[in-house]
Amino acid sequence: MCVVCGCGGPSVPAGTNSGGVSARATRGAGGADGGVLHYGAGAARMSVPGISPTRAVQIEADILGENHRLARRNRAHFLAHGVTAFNLMSSPGSGKTTLLCASIEALKSRHPGLPLAVIEGDQQTSVDAERIRASGANAIQVNTGRGCHLDAQMVSDAFARLDLHAAAHQGESTEALLFIENVGNLVCPALWDLGEAAKVVVLSVTEGDDKPLKYPDMFAAAALMAINKVDLLPYVSFDVERCIAHARRVNPEIDVLLVSATRGDGMAAWLDWLVPGPIVFGGARP
Amino acid sequence: MHELGLAASILQIVEQAALREHFRRVSRLHLEAGTLAGVEPQALRFALTALAPGTCLEGAEIAIAEPCATAWCARCAGAVEISSRADPCPRCGGTRLRATGGTQLRVLDLVVFDD
Repeated sequence: MCVVCGCGGPSVPAGTNSGGVSARATRGAGGADGGVLHYGAGAARMSVPGISPTRAVQIEADILGENHRLARRNRAHFLAHGVTAFNLMSSPGSGKTTLLCASIEALKSRHPGLPLAVIEGDQQTSVDAERIRASGANAIQVNTGRGCHLDAQMVSDAFARLDLHAAAHQGESTEALLFIENVGNLVCPALWDLGEAAKVVVLSVTEGDDKPLKYPDMFAAAALMAINKVDLLPYVSFDVERCIAHARRVNPEIDVLLVSATRGDGMAAWLDWLVPGPIVFGGARP
Repeated sequence: MHELGLAASILQIVEQAALREHFRRVSRLHLEAGTLAGVEPQALRFALTALAPGTCLEGAEIAIAEPCATAWCARCAGAVEISSRADPCPRCGGTRLRATGGTQLRVLDLVVFDD
């Protein structure tokens, strides 16, 4: 009998692995270990003393899964509060903030009492939130630092701090509009669902009519393309029809509106798109 | 640039798996980034390499599969393979295509050290 471990085999020198099977090998089929120690089952198909064995772990996880989960929560939260949220995206300088300021002014007279709020995303400064507040809407500035887009968690945190949220909890209104102005960037924001009802891409005529083909992910994700600064069309070589054809090539369903936030062109159609029907107020209705 | 944020999400998924599956080091990370996922695989690889030191991904080999995109062509009423959303139908040249696949962005599996 082996004097080291008490097994039926011959004695082995102390310090040698005799009883158990090292982690490097796998047991073969049949019986306790089938009489087979297989050292070639790992990824390398061989085993080297001193090198750790490996094993495979199945994951199958969506990399954006956590953001999708938070976006779904935002969407349910907005729905429960009667909030319709729009995610406005564009390159820097397309006129998103100017369009929002003009829209807020117009909505105040068109739908008096409709609660409006804005979540402003920028890498730095609160300049845009101050511009929005000056136009008469509640605004929260989110600075992303080096981040190139807003994500669902940022929107959730910002929404919790808005008067819109508090007003809904106090039962003051059953409908409200929330504009989320994303970081100026035609690439990254397209990937992140924020829980919005629709994504809107703003493209100004000074940027060129080829942008939908150059940044297809953004135009594929958007429900509406608002072509802004149309008052400048006489001065730039921007072919509106070609731009629309390019956008429909990457997204056959995309809606298109032509607007000028500064001169007012197309604002009525834009407001109709945002608020298609009459507003229902919980407190104002008899 | 959003690849850095994605790399952080990937690390989070791997660290959750490490707790669940009891491992400390990853030998190989296997990802899938579809052609229409909006991700530059080279940038994602760079971001993961930048993030890895001091984590369970340190030294791990990174494999990124890039499955082709598929689309439905309204004109020839069939499924076709495309490489960009701006591509015309490779069969009939039509431009009314609806992307049906190629946007997946997933951590598929890991090979981990059993130590």
